[in-house]
Formats: sequence, C-alpha cells, structure tokens
Amino acid sequence: MVAVPELLDRKLLFVTGKGGVGKTTISAGLALLCASRGKRTLVCEMDAKGDLASSFEVAPTSFEEREVAPNLWAMSMDPEASLRQYLALQLRLPRAAGLGPVTRMFDFVASAAPGVREIVSVGKLCWEVRERHYDMVVVDAVASGHVIGQLSAPQAINSLVQVGLVRQQTGWMLDILSDPSTCGAVMVATPEEMPVTETIELIGSLERETTVALAGVIVNRVLPELFGTREEQVFEALSAPGATGHLSAALGGEATPLLDAARWMVKTRRSRADHLGRLREALGDRGGALLVYVPYLFLRSYGLRATRQVASALSAELES
Amino acid sequence: MEALVASKEIVVVCGPGGVGKTTVAAALASMSACHQGGKVLVVTVDPARRLSQALGLGRVHSGGANRVPPEAFAAAGVTPRGELWAEMLDTKSSWDALVSRHAPDGATARRILDNSLYKNISERFVQSHDYIAVERLFELHSEGNYDLIVVDTPPTRNAVDFLLAPERMAEFFSSRLLKLLTVPYRSRLADTAARPFYYVADRVLGTKFLEDITEFFILFQTLSEGFVQRAKEVERLLADRRTTFVVVSSLETVPVREAEAFLRLLPTRGLHAGGLVLNRVLPSYMLDAALATRAEELSARAGALASELCSAGGPLAGYDPSLVERVLEELGSNFDNVTVVAKRETAQRSELSGLQAVVADVPELGEDVHDLGGVLDVGRYVWS
Repeated sequence: MVAVPELLDRKLLFVTGKGGVGKTTISAGLALLCASRGKRTLVCEMDAKGDLASSFEVAPTSFEEREVAPNLWAMSMDPEASLRQYLALQLRLPRAAGLGPVTRMFDFVASAAPGVREIVSVGKLCWEVRERHYDMVVVDAVASGHVIGQLSAPQAINSLVQVGLVRQQTGWMLDILSDPSTCGAVMVATPEEMPVTETIELIGSLERETTVALAGVIVNRVLPELFGTREEQVFEALSAPGATGHLSAALGGEATPLLDAARWMVKTRRSRADHLGRLREALGDRGGALLVYVPYLFLRSYGLRATRQVASALSAELES
Repeated sequence: MEALVASKEIVVVCGPGGVGKTTVAAALASMSACHQGGKVLVVTVDPARRLSQALGLGRVHSGGANRVPPEAFAAAGVTPRGELWAEMLDTKSSWDALVSRHAPDGATARRILDNSLYKNISERFVQSHDYIAVERLFELHSEGNYDLIVVDTPPTRNAVDFLLAPERMAEFFSSRLLKLLTVPYRSRLADTAARPFYYVADRVLGTKFLEDITEFFILFQTLSEGFVQRAKEVERLLADRRTTFVVVSSLETVPVREAEAFLRLLPTRGLHAGGLVLNRVLPSYMLDAALATRAEELSARAGALASELCSAGGPLAGYDPSLVERVLEELGSNFDNVTVVAKRETAQRSELSGLQAVVADVPELGEDVHDLGGVLDVGRYVWS
C-alpha cells in the first residue's frame, strides 16, 4: 500500500463532487482551516456562481484575489482574464494592444477546442503554485461531470495542438498536476445513493483519464447517531403505548411525534450508512487514509458560521 | 400536477443538480402511464445513468427506448392503463446522426465525423449535452410515437444553460468570428483589421492547430443552414403551449437560489412554468411549535421523567434510569435539531412559492428509490 500524503501537506487541491453535495462549503472550510494554521491560502471558485463569497459573507469574488480572512485570499476563475494575464506575462504583449479581438477569439475557439478554456483556468492555479505565491491553493472545482475534462486538459491539448504557446505550457503544468506530494483531488460526497455512485465512478475516471492523485474523500452532511444498542432498546420500550402515554400525559400533549422524529432520523441515517459502506468498500485499503467525515449542520443558514464549523470538524477529523 | 400533465405533450423537468430531478421525471412519467394511459416516454441525458437504477431496469440500451416491463408494475402492485418507456440519450451518437442529417453529402459528413476537433466537441463540449437533449426531444416529438414525453435535463453548471442551448447554437453559426476563422489562409494577410487577431491566435494556438480549426469550421459551416433552421424549430417547440416546464428543487439554500432564477427566467423567454416540485422536504409535523415546546420540556425534565418511568410499576420498570434519561434528552435535542432545519426550509419555501402556483411536496422518505414501487411512491406525492 502506497502511503497517502497528508491532505493539507499538498499545495494544490481540486475539490469536486456531484452537484448539490456542498462542494463550496467544504472548499471554504478547508481553505479557512489551512489559513488558520498559518498557511498563506488561496481559494478559487471555478464556476463563478457566487456561493464562495456567501461562505465567507463577503462581496462577490472576482479574478483579482482579495483577502477575506487573515491569511486567506479568495478569487473566482475567469478564463478570459486568465488568458490575458498569460499573454501579458508570456508574450509580453502590452495589455492594451491588439487584445480586443483576442477576447472574442478566445471565447469562440474555446467553445470549439476543448481544453483551451480549461488549460488557461487550471494553468493560472498551477502558476500560482509554481511561483510560490501561496502555501496552499484550494480549488472549488466544477462538478463531477466536467471536472475530468478540466484535469485532463493538458493531455487533450497535447494530442490536439502540436506547437504554440498553449502547447508549451502543458509540460510544467503536468509536472505539478502529476506530483502527488503537490497536487490532489478531493471528492465530496453525501452519504446518499447517487452521490456515492457518482463518486465511485468519478474516482475511476480520475485514475484512468488524469494524472491527478486522489487526495481525500470527504463525506459531508453525516447525520448524528442518536442511539447505541442499549439506548435503542430503551427507545423501543418508550415507543410502547404505556410509556408514550405516560410521556404525553407528563408533557401535556401528544409525545408520539417526538418519537417519530427520532425514528425518522435513525431510519434516514441507517439507509445512508449502507451507502457509506459501499464507498468504503470501493476505496478498499485506502479508505482509512482517505475518508473524512463532516457532520450535518443543524444551523439556521449557511454562511461564515457554517464555514467555521466545517473547518473545525475537518480539523478534528484530520488530526485523528 | 395531474391536470397539468394531462393537457401537455412534453414535460421538461429542470432545476439545479442533486435535487432528484431524474426521480421526479420518472415519477411523473410513471404516474401518467398508470393513471392517464397512452404511451409515455421518459428521456434522460444523465451520463451517470440514474434513471435505469431508479426504474430498476438495469442498464438501458443507449440509442433507443426500452419498455418498462409490465411485471415491474405488477411487482409494485399496480396495473397501468398505458405503457411506460424509457430512453437514455447518447450524446455522441446523437451528434453523429445530426451531422449526417445536415451534411450536404456523405463525403462531407465522413470528413466531419473523422475530424479530431469534432470528436472532442461531441464528447467533451459541455454544452453539447444541453443542445443534443433539446434536439432529441424535438425529434422524438415530431416522430409522434408517444402521447407524453417527459425529459430529465442534463446536469448543467447552471440550469439555465439548457434553455439557452438552441439560441447559442444558432449564434455560433452566425458569428463574425466563425467568418474570421473560415477565411482562406492567404486572404487573411490582406485583412488589416483582423491581423492582430490572427497574430495572437497564431502565437497562442500555433499555425497548425489554427489550420485544423479552420478546416473543421469550413466543413462545419456546410451544416449551418440545417442547424440554424433546426435550432429555431427546437426553440419554437419549447415555447409551444403543449410544452410545460416543471422545476424541481430541494429546500437547501443553494438549489433554491438557482430554482428561483429559473422560475423567473421561464416566463421572460415565453416558456410555460407549469409546476414546482419541492423534493426531500422534512415532514410538516417537525414545524409544530407546540411540539417544539414539548421537546424542550422533555430535555429539561428528562431526569425526573426517567425516574417516574423506571419506578416500580412504571412502564419502564427495570430499566436503568440514567440510560432512559439520556434517551429522553436525545429525543428532545433531536426534535430541536430537525425544527431548526424545518424552519430554514420554510423560509426557503416562501421565497419560491410566490413564484409558482402549482407546488408539490415530496417528503424526505428516509430511504432510497430503487424500484418502480419507490418511483410511484414519489409519484403519488407529486401528483396530488
């Protein structure tokens, strides 16, 4: 068994998962955790939906990174702006001259030639790592259906483009992406049927089609375990009419729904545990080193408070 | 929802990712097949092939519809009035068919299909899923084999992409940039206005790649007329009164924001928003204020209540009172927890329900849908 480098010891993490599993919250929590441990951290939202800004309760993020907490900078990806930055740095093209049509050209070619848009996006993040601008770059990457295209862009470009600036960039990018001590992918899943199925499939595609190593699997929204075996027996006894009746009389109203809510929680958690089992099985030996659990948050809203709780849950998990 | 579906020929099920769109699409289709009869088709584009799992079909063959066997209904204890069919859309082969249909001749079609850029587009180009989904819907509808077609939309980065796909496809073909790129190489040098464009394009992508792109677009342009025409027809079909959109969302913050944007967008584009399905909502009793008070009291008085229950002759005589106390406290705090979530959901709901009159709630059932019976259980909530 190959030892998995510690999650937070890497420099570039791509956080992905099926839509709706809480990728952004987890990315924000991971980034906050790194920053609080003294690492100069950049967190980047790839699909610019604006959810990252709400995780920190700050104004919308942009391509220009901004400090949102001590040690923590946030940005959102803009492939076009990234290309401009690239051109200015690499071709030493003056920013103003001749770049007007580039923008439109880019949009157009990028729609047609897969890999171009991805490579300037991923390229920007690799560049931040290469230049050692940050100790850690956390990427709130695109959802499972699209992330493989993003991470395999250097290979796609290699096969399509023989020369040119874009091609020249693939070598050093691949060096960074392929080094498991530097870069890794983090899968976020919830313990439900489809997210688990998709995560297992995605791990397969990641390993087949990209050179990026799997750095961790974060299971989000894990429901609490209400009862152990002995408590469960008491709960069953409480559900008998005599005991429930006693409670109802003492509380001055029907107590059954309170028991129903607990039963609902137990049942939901249990059906989810089966999926966790599937995930664990798919990971085999590596599971112990890769799996991280984040509890369901019973909060009134998602914002900085939730991000902090996720960060501290991750902190506790990653130490154990 | 039942009345809505009865009067339509196409139901497009859309909304943010991860809220159970596929299950809701399957539920609507199977309820219609059961109670309204006729031939009902549910189409999914999802690469994860969820529908097959939800319908217990195993793997649906791509590139054609499969009938859901009557035994599956029998196992769920119902006798359907009509037939339920399911199709898994294969993006690649649908694109190939589209190219072959619109190409001026077989040789051009072949050259496009063999072009390496084309292969990348049809497999990877993210929006190609969106476009091909509406395109296939158009084809299925015009073939006229089904009384009702329910489409599960692909997982887009943004639910709205699906709606804009035909328009974007048409724009793509009429853009000035396509013209710039399809200009023969030599005459480019003469065009001074476009020279910086070619210069930068050359430096960034390399001459060879640019030539490949040019060749591809010149070939692709031969399809242009057919594509633009088709994209317009597809748009018309989506806006037709026989088509309705059902938006699915959970009551989590992020999906609600996306569903809200979607509900606002539909009417501005002349599209019919037929209903809103709120999936996996908490049971309504969890909102009951009197129960919440009782839960608090249960936690506060857990010790006293436990000793009463465990006293000689009490209903839990013989049990360890401290264990019972712990269970009672847990019962109270669990209810407290779910109340927080149920209240959060109520706030989210009120943001959405103002936008849409027809709202159906599907409770979090605490277990997964894995057979037709499960699909129909969801269906009964959606239907009423």
